[in-house]
Amino acid sequence: MTNLSTTYLGLKLSNPLVASASPISKNIDKSKKMADAGISAIVMYSLFEEQIIHESLELDHFLSRGSDSFAEALTYLPDGGMYGVSPEKYLNQVAGLKKALNIPVIGSLNGVSKGGWTNYAKRIQEAGADALELNLYYLSTDPNLTSTELEDAQVELVAEVRSAITIPLSVKLSPYVTSLPNFAKRIIEAGANGLVLFNRFYQPDFDLDELDIVHSLDLSTSAEVRLPLRWISILSSKIHTDYALTSGIHTAQDVLKAMMAGAKVAMTASTLLENGERAIPPLLADLETWMKEHEYESIEQMQGSMSQKNVKEPAAFERANYMKVLSSWRDLP
Amino acid sequence: MNKNIIMIDGNEATASVAHRLNEVIAIYPITPSSAMGEFSDEWSAKGKKNIWGTVPLVVEMQSEGGAAGTVHGALQTGALTTTFTASQGLLLMIPNMYKIAGELTSTVFHVAARAIAAHALSIYGDHQDVMAVRQTGWAMLSSGSVQEAQDFAAIAQAATLKSRVPFLHFFDGFRTSHEVSKITPLSDEELRLMLDDDLIRAHRARGLSPERPVLRGTAQNPDVYFQMREAANPYYAAVPAIVQEMMDKFAKITGRHYNLFDYSGDPNAERVIIVMGSGGEVVEETVNYLAKKGEKVGVLQVRLYRPFSVEHFIKVLPKSVKSIAVLDRTKEPGATGEPLYMDVVSALVEGRRSNINVIGGRYGLSSKEFTPAMAKAVFDELAKPEPKNHFTVGINDDVSNTSLTVDSSFSIESEGMVSCVFFGLGSDGTVGANKNSIKIIGEETKNFAQGYFYYDSKKSGTVTMSHLRFGPKAIRAPYLIEANQANFVACHQYSFLERVDMLKYAKEGGIFLLNSLYGPEEIWDNLPKEVQSDIINKKLKFYVINGYDVAEKTGMGGRMNTIMQTAFFAISGILPREAAIAEIKHAIEKTYGKRGEAVVKKNFEAVDATVANLHEVKVPAEITSKMTRRLPVPNEAPGFVKDVLGRIIDSDGDNIPVSAFPVDGTFPTGTTQWEKRNIALEIPVWDADICIQCGKCVMICPHAVIRHKVYDEKLLVGAPETFKHTASKFKEFPEGYAYTLQVAPEDCTGCTLCVEVCPVKNKSAAGRKAINMEAQPPLREAEAKNWDFFLNIPDLDRKLFNPATIKNSQLLRPLFEFSGACAGCGETPYVKLVSQLFGDRAVIANATGCSSIYGGNLPTTPWAQDANGRGPAWSNSLFEDNAEFGLGMRLTIDKQNEYARELLKSFEQSVGMELVEAILHADQSDEAGIEAQRRRVSELKQKLEKSSDSRAKDLISLAENLVKKSVWIIGGDGWAYDIGYGGLDHVLASGRNVNILVLDTEVYSNTGGQSSKSTPRAAVAKFAMSGKGMPKKDLGLIAMSYGYVYVAKVAMGANDQQTLKALLEAEAYDGPSLVIAYSPCIAHGYDMARSLDQAKLAVQSGHWPMFRYDPRLAIEGKNPLQIESKEPNIPFSQYAYNETRYKMLTQMNEERAEELMKEAQHDAKSRWALYQQMASMHYGEDKKE
Repeated sequence: MTNLSTTYLGLKLSNPLVASASPISKNIDKSKKMADAGISAIVMYSLFEEQIIHESLELDHFLSRGSDSFAEALTYLPDGGMYGVSPEKYLNQVAGLKKALNIPVIGSLNGVSKGGWTNYAKRIQEAGADALELNLYYLSTDPNLTSTELEDAQVELVAEVRSAITIPLSVKLSPYVTSLPNFAKRIIEAGANGLVLFNRFYQPDFDLDELDIVHSLDLSTSAEVRLPLRWISILSSKIHTDYALTSGIHTAQDVLKAMMAGAKVAMTASTLLENGERAIPPLLADLETWMKEHEYESIEQMQGSMSQKNVKEPAAFERANYMKVLSSWRDLP
Repeated sequence: MNKNIIMIDGNEATASVAHRLNEVIAIYPITPSSAMGEFSDEWSAKGKKNIWGTVPLVVEMQSEGGAAGTVHGALQTGALTTTFTASQGLLLMIPNMYKIAGELTSTVFHVAARAIAAHALSIYGDHQDVMAVRQTGWAMLSSGSVQEAQDFAAIAQAATLKSRVPFLHFFDGFRTSHEVSKITPLSDEELRLMLDDDLIRAHRARGLSPERPVLRGTAQNPDVYFQMREAANPYYAAVPAIVQEMMDKFAKITGRHYNLFDYSGDPNAERVIIVMGSGGEVVEETVNYLAKKGEKVGVLQVRLYRPFSVEHFIKVLPKSVKSIAVLDRTKEPGATGEPLYMDVVSALVEGRRSNINVIGGRYGLSSKEFTPAMAKAVFDELAKPEPKNHFTVGINDDVSNTSLTVDSSFSIESEGMVSCVFFGLGSDGTVGANKNSIKIIGEETKNFAQGYFYYDSKKSGTVTMSHLRFGPKAIRAPYLIEANQANFVACHQYSFLERVDMLKYAKEGGIFLLNSLYGPEEIWDNLPKEVQSDIINKKLKFYVINGYDVAEKTGMGGRMNTIMQTAFFAISGILPREAAIAEIKHAIEKTYGKRGEAVVKKNFEAVDATVANLHEVKVPAEITSKMTRRLPVPNEAPGFVKDVLGRIIDSDGDNIPVSAFPVDGTFPTGTTQWEKRNIALEIPVWDADICIQCGKCVMICPHAVIRHKVYDEKLLVGAPETFKHTASKFKEFPEGYAYTLQVAPEDCTGCTLCVEVCPVKNKSAAGRKAINMEAQPPLREAEAKNWDFFLNIPDLDRKLFNPATIKNSQLLRPLFEFSGACAGCGETPYVKLVSQLFGDRAVIANATGCSSIYGGNLPTTPWAQDANGRGPAWSNSLFEDNAEFGLGMRLTIDKQNEYARELLKSFEQSVGMELVEAILHADQSDEAGIEAQRRRVSELKQKLEKSSDSRAKDLISLAENLVKKSVWIIGGDGWAYDIGYGGLDHVLASGRNVNILVLDTEVYSNTGGQSSKSTPRAAVAKFAMSGKGMPKKDLGLIAMSYGYVYVAKVAMGANDQQTLKALLEAEAYDGPSLVIAYSPCIAHGYDMARSLDQAKLAVQSGHWPMFRYDPRLAIEGKNPLQIESKEPNIPFSQYAYNETRYKMLTQMNEERAEELMKEAQHDAKSRWALYQQMASMHYGEDKKE
């Protein structure tokens, strides 16, 4: 019997396939279908403090605009309701998912203010989340802000959130860090129980006809698995914590690679968004088949088996890897 | 704080009782009563129950006539039913009111009494409306304060149930309906005690039911009708006693005692004023003051006006009375006196007191101020040996000499009363903050408090005034704070200093708080001379705060509310500073908490940052300023503009004498050009180098402040230095022509639509366009000169170019300019386009609504004239009859054209066969043809001029109708879809050549965004608080069903060319045409600068399919329907969720929002499918047969 189970952030999971933060968790029915199809845990869509603030200010702006200006129309929209522009909606969803699903529910938080991070983290825990994933997203555009200042602030933030909650805490990182191992180490020392690699950033594009900036959501491909794969291989050899690989998980092979690099779970959103819950059973079946064919007994057995310290050529993950790729090109006849 | 005290306005106080005492409520918006319907809808939507534990059913109707009919039906089937209305709305209810009274049906209508549209519309308060229904058989109960409005609502309900006579409960529009006052609220328990459940069951039992069938509403003949009209007399006879009984019962329950007629003053008074409504409070306070000084005066306030109880009246009138003045807040031209006066005269005769001298007078029409000084003037008049009868008080009537002289220095403001006046900009939140402040003072201190708010007539850049009073004694002062009476004057906008005389209100030794761009050291040198003088002479304490800076730093943007409110409390010391700040924060949480924590936080930060930025200014002893306040209109303005309109702009309208005004409401056009409002912080600046001269910015500009001209380059001689021009890119005008795009800097509202629509992007900086916004102040002076120069360049001859392209159409001069519409208004670009294309020969019927307000509200009006003195002739009749009104205009033109043609034929000999034939058969299908006809008509008139033949004189007076005129019927969706729909349908059916333009904002915009039948499904609007559940009515589809009506649905933001084409075709079509125009409105809740994109999304989602239906095509055997938008290719939600009106439902009730959104998506798809099928129908004859 092949054992697919794994442990992530102290949570016992039936297999390593976890739904990463995506709009799927906004819908309890869809989430339930995912769970029934075999997903072992679900990371919720992020509670964006910035979005809550924006929606709140926007609502206030449009309800106030034009008011008390003209004797016949002291307002232009009715304003009698209780509006769901507080985190309540998110917190209710945490509770709703917890009630409906028999798999762990991991909350996800993206804050902008110190108070926001800790306050919302506490409230997500109180709403029943099994763990919390912090989404550290900060795009610096200020030439005077040093990487040290930025990293110090983020480490401090993790420590503050850690002290505010008791449930396991993971931190989702950006790949754009000058010294990732050092930063990762500091995050773990600050109290995180796991690292999620990596946050995927949607990059704006240009529309040449309109001379405008355009935004579009491109789903990931399996090729994207390589970046987190490399880093988990490197980090898992040096920093002991739970790793989750996210970005580019589409096939059983992608999951296997993640596990071998040292991840405890592989997270996927793109394939679930694209194909729905029906993508899950064949993926898990492929995983099991591959393991049987290759005579693996359990997922745990392979976890970290190809981490940097366990591979034949540890340098392959470093600069040499780059050299190797280049030199592999050859002139075609 | 006494928990049993609330600060509330008259509308809310009244609605609170009405909602709790009824089962069915039929509503329709009309100022100033709309809020009563809005509260009812909101409370029912939230599940608030009446005193019997069930949620009243609230339904919006298509008109007040419809509401009255529905009320009648609900009453006839036994429900406790009510409605709220005012003014013309009440007039529309009259037919049903007779029925309801004739059938002895218990109900109360609550009326915020308002002026009637006569020579002009007015939204303000008087008794003209209620006096117009005094003959319907309804009891009429008048309340004079917010407390009374609440209390009488309950008393009226109890009395109608017992008497079976229906009750009209009324109070003064705005003065009472909108005054925030400290009152004791009525609890559910108290209301329960007032009502007798047996009477309610009796009312129910009288309802129609097949279980106990009866027939009501027979037709009767001469033999019995009269007797039955008299049969109900005993019920009327019983009413006064019943009302007094209920008043006594009310007194037992609440301790507040009222009588049918309340007398106060000297028990041995010789002079008495009789008055009704809020004016009673003014007279009573004056009487108290004068009586203390030994004057033998009194006041008799009428509560129950109908039935008028002579017995009760005579009983309360002191025996000592020698003379009486009756004050009527109404006007009945041609009568021997106004109604209350007439009633009093008869009552005195019937009550055998005819020895008393009685005079009657009018006061307070359209919320004209009625002050203690005016009340005293009436008492003074009564003391004269020959007092003036049929007088007026409060105006200067130098025509009929009716007015009494008023000593404006007379004041009775009580000791300890604090009066504060605040000047704000509509958008800065001043009024909202002051509403909060007065609530805090009223509810959190022992003070009595009163708040009243005044707005100017514009919809953008409005100046608001807040009048706050508080003090240890009850405040009975239903009038504005007068000159030299304010302890505290606050100016929330620095720019007001140069145009508003604010310090005239300040009392000597008072406080002046200024929101200033300058600090305490620099401000003195930046004040106009007049302001410096007032500060010194009145010995004012002067404070400044840079609220703009605090707002900027705390994310408040343009909202000064919280900052200035905090500054007010910090300076005035009404509460200890910490307590005041705690209360302000509490109010912020209460007001904004439901909108989210971020809003509260932002306001808290503003509060905290305020005190540190507040400074007292050391006032110098000398006036040092060279600056003076700006004139309201420039010196070169015409006399009438300067002497009348200018004084209105300068807040001096109250002092203009009767003789200065037109006698019939007729005004000159083109007057907005003289009112330079300077409200834009940024204005568009033209980049001539990259401009492609497309004219799109000119077309979209809602205020006609951006214009382009092509002209002979020789005309550039003498151009100001900064005047910009470039070579013309018009194919009709190639060599030797220059082109200029010019902005009117002082008229622009800064909406940025012109920049948004500009299709050009700067190749070196993609964010910049061929016009870009830049700060107005540094540009103002030079651009104003450029604008004047630009205006003096002659317009191009209309016949030299075809207006069918956007750029050409925009060479036509707008004859609708600088209106008071909102910045970014989505209606006015269409109105302006009509004025450009057809304005020089247009007659316009305008339905009441936004377009009649920004189109016709004083002081200045936007409809203008061209260089030949021609331009749109405009009128507003009513809300409900606009299509019919326009049809009447068409009929005149048609008839007079026909008569002129008949006459013309008889002058063949004298004027020449050739001219007659040319006139009779003229082709006027284009500008050249029209101009040729104008020349011929002018020649005809010249030839007839010397004739003494009466028919020749007739022909001269009729001949203008031989030139093609264009009749435009314009209004919003509230008119076209709802209240005016019956008439609109009839006019369409008439086949006459009228052009109907529906400015479809999908709500009643003018009254604040109530739902109409045009409101889309899933959108939230007032009266549709839980999201509209039914789809938008398809007016275009209905009109197309006639087959001979030209119909177009257009969206300028999505396709301006289609709009232009549709308007040209509609006008050219010799029959009825209907153009339904997508009109973005601030009631939709999104940034109006994005309205062009949003229009595109509305079209792409299928919400707003664009089409033209031209019956002429059917005649040619083609399908008349041409759909001009593509199959819906984005989800409805992608369009909808950019707008707060849709989005807020997801925030209030996500489940319902989802459900309605699905249905709205279905609506869009099925509408599209239907149109597709219609557009593919075969219209030609079948050749195979």
